[in-house]
Amino acid sequence: MMLLTRGEVLGHKRYSEHYHSLTIVAPEIGERITPGQFVNIKCGDGSAHILRRPFSVYRVHKRGGWASTIEIVFDIRGAGTRHLSQLRQHSSVDLVGPLGRGFALPTRRAHCLLVGGGVGAAPLFFLADELRNDGHRVDVVLGARSTRMLLNPIEVRRLASISRITTEDGSAGERGRVTDGLEEMMERCETEIIYTCGPHPMLEAVSKVCVDKEIPVQVAVEELMACGYGVCMTCVMPVRSRRRGKDEVEEEVIYARSCTEGPVFNGAAVLWNGAAEAVAKDQSELSPTGVPVRQSFVDTSGDEHAPPGN
Amino acid sequence: MSPVDLSVRVGSVELKNPVLVASGTFGSGREGANFLEVGQVGGIITKSMTLVPWKGKPTPRMCETPSGMLNAIGIQNKGVDYFVSQDLPWLLNSKATVIASIAGNTVDEYVKVADKLRTGARELAAVELNISCPNLEDRNNMFAHSPDATAEVVSEVKRALPRVAVWPKLSPNVTSLTAIAGAALEAGADGLSLINTLFGMAIDVESRRPKLAGVVGGLSGPAIKPIAVRAIHEVHRAFPHVPIIGQGGVTSAEDALELMMAGASAVAVGTHNFVNPRASVDVAQGIASYMQSHDIDSVVDLVGMVKLEG
Ligand SMILES: Cc1cc2nc3c(=O)[nH]c(=O)nc-3n(C[C@H](O)[C@H](O)[C@H](O)COP(=O)(O)OP(=O)(O)OC[C@H]3O[C@@H](n4cnc5c(N)ncnc54)[C@H](O)[C@@H]3O)c2cc1C
Ligand SMILES: Cc1cc2nc3c(=O)[nH]c(=O)nc-3n(C[C@H](O)[C@H](O)[C@H](O)COP(=O)(O)O)c2cc1C
Ligand code: FES
Repeated sequence: MMLLTRGEVLGHKRYSEHYHSLTIVAPEIGERITPGQFVNIKCGDGSAHILRRPFSVYRVHKRGGWASTIEIVFDIRGAGTRHLSQLRQHSSVDLVGPLGRGFALPTRRAHCLLVGGGVGAAPLFFLADELRNDGHRVDVVLGARSTRMLLNPIEVRRLASISRITTEDGSAGERGRVTDGLEEMMERCETEIIYTCGPHPMLEAVSKVCVDKEIPVQVAVEELMACGYGVCMTCVMPVRSRRRGKDEVEEEVIYARSCTEGPVFNGAAVLWNGAAEAVAKDQSELSPTGVPVRQSFVDTSGDEHAPPGN
Repeated sequence: MSPVDLSVRVGSVELKNPVLVASGTFGSGREGANFLEVGQVGGIITKSMTLVPWKGKPTPRMCETPSGMLNAIGIQNKGVDYFVSQDLPWLLNSKATVIASIAGNTVDEYVKVADKLRTGARELAAVELNISCPNLEDRNNMFAHSPDATAEVVSEVKRALPRVAVWPKLSPNVTSLTAIAGAALEAGADGLSLINTLFGMAIDVESRRPKLAGVVGGLSGPAIKPIAVRAIHEVHRAFPHVPIIGQGGVTSAEDALELMMAGASAVAVGTHNFVNPRASVDVAQGIASYMQSHDIDSVVDLVGMVKLEG
């Protein structure tokens, strides 16, 4: 159930000098949204920049004085995020949500490793809150290019049983990328499932490790979106899907909408960059955590004779 | 609000109000049902459907441009069989006025889709022909760019669906719109949809790559409204008795009225559905308010009423 609604800004703050945070009072969305889902926000009057901008929900406050508020975090990329950074308490926000399909949570107690890069780590905070509420163990790898681009590392230390921080320039934590030493981290944490969000090359690398180790991997992708609610077909990801044929289960590659079938996908089913190798060996549908495990696959060619537009 | 008469006739087709949703911008109507009652929309022009499912183009499929957007979707759709068995029953059950949009790469493909629609044809208000598609039998020239190819598609589909109104959708990317319109009308078109997207291109200067994987895409949104108004005006002056379904940059009642005063009997909201999923009903309501404040009893009295002299 998605809604077109208005929210009111309760507060604007900063995480490091790099990230802005807006807490928005939007009860109908706050009460319904789950980790990994997003909201689509109108940024400005929509005359020059016509489209809404999608944002993951960083945190939801369901109880207490801040009940029914959602928090988003962002860095300034262009006109839309610049507009949002200028909003202050009592500003009105036009938003659509909750949108998309969020993370699949384990059906039994599990060791969960959350891997986030840059602002992509945003939805993992909401996820960590929910996982911890449900009694799961949460470990975190948080990475960024440099210290100021790390999203709330102090909170990561608080939330995680084991946490690891990486920066590409070595200005905080270990020098390197989140995927460096990922396997050791998984062994140390006895990881049973990985949740990840960030740039696509990172999601691809994490998914590869998980496929090799036969660990389920849930990735939240950030594709360009025009509508955010499933009508325009701009946001598609090539994913392997299973379809029940006449006699057997058939497999095919489909362009799935990341705004509705996603933004969370099974990382093992996504065709990353069109360069994934087919992995023949079969696996059971569900891992012990109750979250699907699957392999990757081939073929991304689009339709040759489709028209330039539309 | 005292009732004003918003109903219109587009040739033989009766619509409860003159505001439709444009092909490819409202999916099959199901997603939009979260935000409005599809039965209240003037008409649902479906995503273009093809004989077999089309996968569409690789991503990125869209980019925002000043007051508009470019898209290169490649008509990703599930094919006419899916439409007939799944979408059409749902739409009819929701009391929607349905206009089926057909696309293809050969005249034969258009006709075969039309054949498959025949059983449900009594329930269809009209079919729209998306002829902005490469014609495989004519070195991939667009049907819509050739008077002969346009005429052939129209007359063959008309033969397959003699009792259904057929509205070819003309491309603005031509030298003489009236020549194409004339050919379509001579071939038996019952109305004309004006306009489809304009071909455009955008380049990322950092990577020096086109912003769309399809390189060239279709421009839509407020940026193209003046072109739509001009195109409608031109065709209406040449063929004053032919109903026109105006589309291009409609975001408000004022935009819709502009297209109607240029000569459109009805309009379709396209890109703006992405921003406001309720846009079609909001625009219809805005037209009603305009009529009340200007003492106009019937919306038909506005069609083609631009004052050129005096
Ligand atoms: C499901 C989803 C969740 C998201 N969550 C967050 C979030 O929590 N915090 C956050 O800061 N951003 C998030 N994004 C990205 C955010 O939507 C873009 O940063 C925003 O649209 C940029 O708008 P702008 O007008 O400021 O910049 P623009 O001028 O539109 O773009 C500036 C640059 O950012 C790139 N860009 C635009 N949109 C995206 C995108 N969707 N993904 C990656 N790059 C993009 C453009 O290619 C361009 O190079 C999310 C995107 C999606 C699809
Ligand atoms: C993402 C997108 C997909 C579209 N798909 C189709 C399509 O499948 N068939 C078609 O005839 N027109 C298609 N169109 C064109 C629209 O129906 C409409 O004619 C055009 O966008 C101009 O109206 P607008 O400026 O209000 O969007 C599409 C437009 C967009 C933006
Ligand atoms: S953004 Fe339109 S279908 Fe996903």
